[in-house]
Amino acid sequence: MNYFGPGHGACPGCGLTIATRNVLEALEGKCFVANSTGCLEIVSSQYERSAWGVPYIHSLFENAGAVAAGIDLALKALKRKGEGKVVVFAGDGATADIGIGTLSGMFDRNHDVIYICLDNEAYQNTGNQQSGLTPLGSNTTTTPVGELFPGKMGRKKDMVSIAVAHGIPYVATASVAFHADLRRKVKKAAEIEGAKYIQIHSPCVTGWGIDGKQTILSAKLAYETALYPIVEYENGELTRVRKIKERKPVEEYLKIQRRFRHLFKHPKGKEIISMLQKIADENAAKFNLDV
Amino acid sequence: MEKVVRGFYSIAHSVKLCKPNVIAAYPITPQTEIVENLAEMYANGELGDCEYVTAESEFGAASILVGASAAGARTFTATCSQGLILMSEVLINAAGMRLPIVLVNTNRALSAPLSIWNDHQDSMVLRDGGLMQIHVETNQEAHDMVPVAFKVAEDHKVMLPFMINMDGYKLTHAYEPIDLLEQEMVDTFLPPYNPPVYMTTKDPLTFGSYAPPQYYAEFRVALQNAMERARKVLEKAYKEWAEITGRDWGGHIVAEGVEDADLVAISMGSLTGMVRDVISELRNQGKKVGLLKIRTFRPFPAKEVRGALKDAEKILVFERAVSFGHGGPVGMEVKSACFGLTPEFYSFAVGLGGRDVPREEIVRIISDVYYGKVDQGFHFGTVKPFEEVIV
Amino acid sequence: MKITLGGISKPHSSKTMKTGDWGTEYPVVDEEKCTACKTCEYLCPDACIVVVEKEDEKKVAVPDYEYCKGCGVCFSVCPVDAIKMELKDIYKLEVC
Ligand SMILES: Cc1ncc(C[n+]2csc(CCOP(=O)(O)OP(=O)(O)O)c2C)c(N)n1
Ligand code: SF4
Ligand code: SF4
Ligand SMILES: [Mg+2]
Repeated sequence: MNYFGPGHGACPGCGLTIATRNVLEALEGKCFVANSTGCLEIVSSQYERSAWGVPYIHSLFENAGAVAAGIDLALKALKRKGEGKVVVFAGDGATADIGIGTLSGMFDRNHDVIYICLDNEAYQNTGNQQSGLTPLGSNTTTTPVGELFPGKMGRKKDMVSIAVAHGIPYVATASVAFHADLRRKVKKAAEIEGAKYIQIHSPCVTGWGIDGKQTILSAKLAYETALYPIVEYENGELTRVRKIKERKPVEEYLKIQRRFRHLFKHPKGKEIISMLQKIADENAAKFNLDV
Repeated sequence: MEKVVRGFYSIAHSVKLCKPNVIAAYPITPQTEIVENLAEMYANGELGDCEYVTAESEFGAASILVGASAAGARTFTATCSQGLILMSEVLINAAGMRLPIVLVNTNRALSAPLSIWNDHQDSMVLRDGGLMQIHVETNQEAHDMVPVAFKVAEDHKVMLPFMINMDGYKLTHAYEPIDLLEQEMVDTFLPPYNPPVYMTTKDPLTFGSYAPPQYYAEFRVALQNAMERARKVLEKAYKEWAEITGRDWGGHIVAEGVEDADLVAISMGSLTGMVRDVISELRNQGKKVGLLKIRTFRPFPAKEVRGALKDAEKILVFERAVSFGHGGPVGMEVKSACFGLTPEFYSFAVGLGGRDVPREEIVRIISDVYYGKVDQGFHFGTVKPFEEVIV
Repeated sequence: MKITLGGISKPHSSKTMKTGDWGTEYPVVDEEKCTACKTCEYLCPDACIVVVEKEDEKKVAVPDYEYCKGCGVCFSVCPVDAIKMELKDIYKLEVC
């Protein structure tokens, strides 16, 4: 099982590379990868230092959806579809912000592409700036904590609903904390014709301010607090959720990460934490997560 | 087979005969009818093993072609103006990745103010992007240059995007009798695309690597070298085309009556016809004037241009764009090609944003220059006197 | 020197980048405890801990120290606590 690495330059304990390895493993390496500019690309595609064992292309920050669509069309035209699946790896910034146009076009035309959003909840390659998928209260370099503001104001963009609204056949969230579930979802997506969206919660040790030993733990806590619901939609219907046995208060997730630590000191921190708890409660209710 | 068709169709028909695998398009005036024609052919099953898509933007269309081309497909798109500059990030990237995407740019002005009419401001923005660029004078020339573009772009010694510039409206909308190519003729000239390398699971290569400082410069030199090699490849293709079709459009430049000319007028694109007309009339009157038509803009045929201008006393460039803060972009190229020669130099930007260029204006500019009635340097053609106020 | 068309790279050419000296710690697998469940193999960000069959047919996880960055992911996910992280000798300070 080796379609990615070793020898890449990711920070020790990086969640992106864990997600990537498992996606490629699920596809048994039979795929074409289009990757947006970002951490994964930078750590893996330096000239003469490629970590990839599958055909791979990086073009720009905001066009991986369209590049993948082009590969899909070429394989169709050249009658080479049997060679493998077309997969995108794109960051949350590439997906939810700058590349949302090309992503929407790819969804809308329903290309036979598995789009993986590697969600590390900020522009990490450029040093932890906020993206549309940065959660409320997160301390990033463009939403720094100051006297007035306790980190990012506004909530995480609901990319899952945006994907579902395109009417594509498969949409799911996954987490590096549940690697078997992640691979199952990718395998399932590979069997479905048309556009697929899988958003994988992938901790960033550097941007989140955690240790490699907490990579999996923090991803797991995001799920256990219902801040990151693990869900699955088929043809627009919610078909499966990962139930939570004993839902934990959001503080347990927040307190282990440097990006949220100010919330326990800042005058507005309490308010933000209660808003985050409300978001978690809403998630739990919406997806019926509690057992 | 000669048929009266619009400029749009002269492109679409030719593209069809080149058997592209992927066409990605987005509408913009005055290009839209090219891709509409292709869409109609696609709908009628006339494009063979080709996938045609309308993208969500020109940026998306060009990006689709990057993926398709890297996967080994022959690719085509058409655009102009705002669409071209929206594509620019992708096209410059495609050049660096050495992807032989072919596009037709139906030259149109840039906003603001918004203008859908013709000048060359759009393609000039991509001057330094690493794309080959040619300008055509007529729809027949446009029709003929499509197979040439594919052949040269896909030549393993070149592997660069190729942009055919044709003037929006002036050419695109014109109905003209076109000697439409036959499939056999195109097949003789243009072999199927045989990519030297492409994305495949059989040999899982990494495309679009990033290059740290110890490598980047070499890749840019390689791109420049490819452009240099493209000169010969393109010239050969021009010749071969003339042999096969009997239609000789000339080489990188076409020089007419420059040998004994005191004044050489320079033009690119559809305006050339009128300039030629005026020049030949002046010659008939015994004036020593000549014409230089520039066909290839990138790689720039500096040697040929210099050769054609070596004896000229006065050089006059008809510009269709402005390099704001300096002068006319074609003139800048011509001047650098003539470095060390000492002709008088004049350049006039005419027909900006579709402003009509009447024959009299060409006559006036040429005779003003001929009789020394204007200063050397950059000028605008006819504009109304105005004073700029805030509101 | 040769350079490739448009900067194409060969697969797995990153192997020349030995990242084994990045970390301060390294994982040590207790072969008795290891059940060869492969959790660490799936979750190692650097694809450098693999379950292999030993001569005695026992399967155990074996870290590849040439590439291991000492991140501790394997340590943190091992369900039977078979992996310990140890400080590399060069980082051990001797107090005299
Ligand atoms: C058009 C453009 N704008 C900005 C950048 C700079 N840039 C490169 S990667 C990046 C952030 C990537 O964030 P994300 O997509 O979340 O991926 P991550 O690095 O976090 O995995 C930015 C801002 C760029 N390369 N191109
Ligand atoms: S900055 Fe974050 S996402 Fe980027 S390589 Fe490091 S841990 Fe991974
Ligand atoms: S410490 Fe990290 S890099 Fe080393 S084997 Fe364990 S998971 Fe892999
Ligand atoms: Mg990110």
